[in-house]
Amino acid sequence: MSDTAFAPHSSLAAPVKVLFFAALREAIGHSELQLTLPAPLQISAVLALLSAESPQVQQALAGREVLAALNQQLVASTAWVSPGDEVALFPPVTGG
Amino acid sequence: MTVVINCRVQPEDFALDHEYQALQRPDCGAVVLFCGLVREQFQPQDGSLPSDTLQALELEHYPGMTEQSIRAIAGQAAERFDLRAVTVVHRIGLLPLGAQIVLVGVAAPHRSDAFAACDMLMDYLKNQVPLWKKVHFLTGTSWADAKASDKQALARWQTPAR
Repeated sequence: MSDTAFAPHSSLAAPVKVLFFAALREAIGHSELQLTLPAPLQISAVLALLSAESPQVQQALAGREVLAALNQQLVASTAWVSPGDEVALFPPVTGG
Repeated sequence: MTVVINCRVQPEDFALDHEYQALQRPDCGAVVLFCGLVREQFQPQDGSLPSDTLQALELEHYPGMTEQSIRAIAGQAAERFDLRAVTVVHRIGLLPLGAQIVLVGVAAPHRSDAFAACDMLMDYLKNQVPLWKKVHFLTGTSWADAKASDKQALARWQTPAR
């Protein structure tokens, strides 16, 4: 799966950088990809778009609790993502 | 009141005496230091094999966000309690059995604030900072699961401040 496969619509808008960490990164096989949004989308819709684009991502996300950060702040799945944003998706944290 | 906040995320080990001295101030009667270590863990195996023992933990983080979120929770602790200095050092990378993982140090005029802030910081570190542990056993590796008890511990601090 190439990163460009995740740009379904050509747009002049800056792409969204999507980062994956830990178990999710391993399941997807990538730590980062670029996504061009057709319009501003909520995190939940970004997840749906990623799943629709790649069976591997769909499989990795299915049945897994996923947390999201938008521009390095933890957010709810209802948060809006705009062009140029950095989105990170990861499993519940286990530090400390 | 100015609170000196020192947060680091690093592969290198840290020295308790050095961090302790850096936290001391003339107006602080209390310094509380918490150190988290890689502890022995056993994993039962099938059949008559002896149980598998943990060899190491591997810590992954989100560069940038990890530091930023540690600083944010240190700021929240400083708003809630009467503190003068906070140090948080979290290690990343491969950490063998017995290694130091995390240090939380708090200096305050009085011990009740120092103990409570240290406790609160650890609960936030366990629940809200992008760090993940991979467990390395002799027979393989897997990602540690988040614990419900850690989430419940965090809820203690999410009620209105005293």
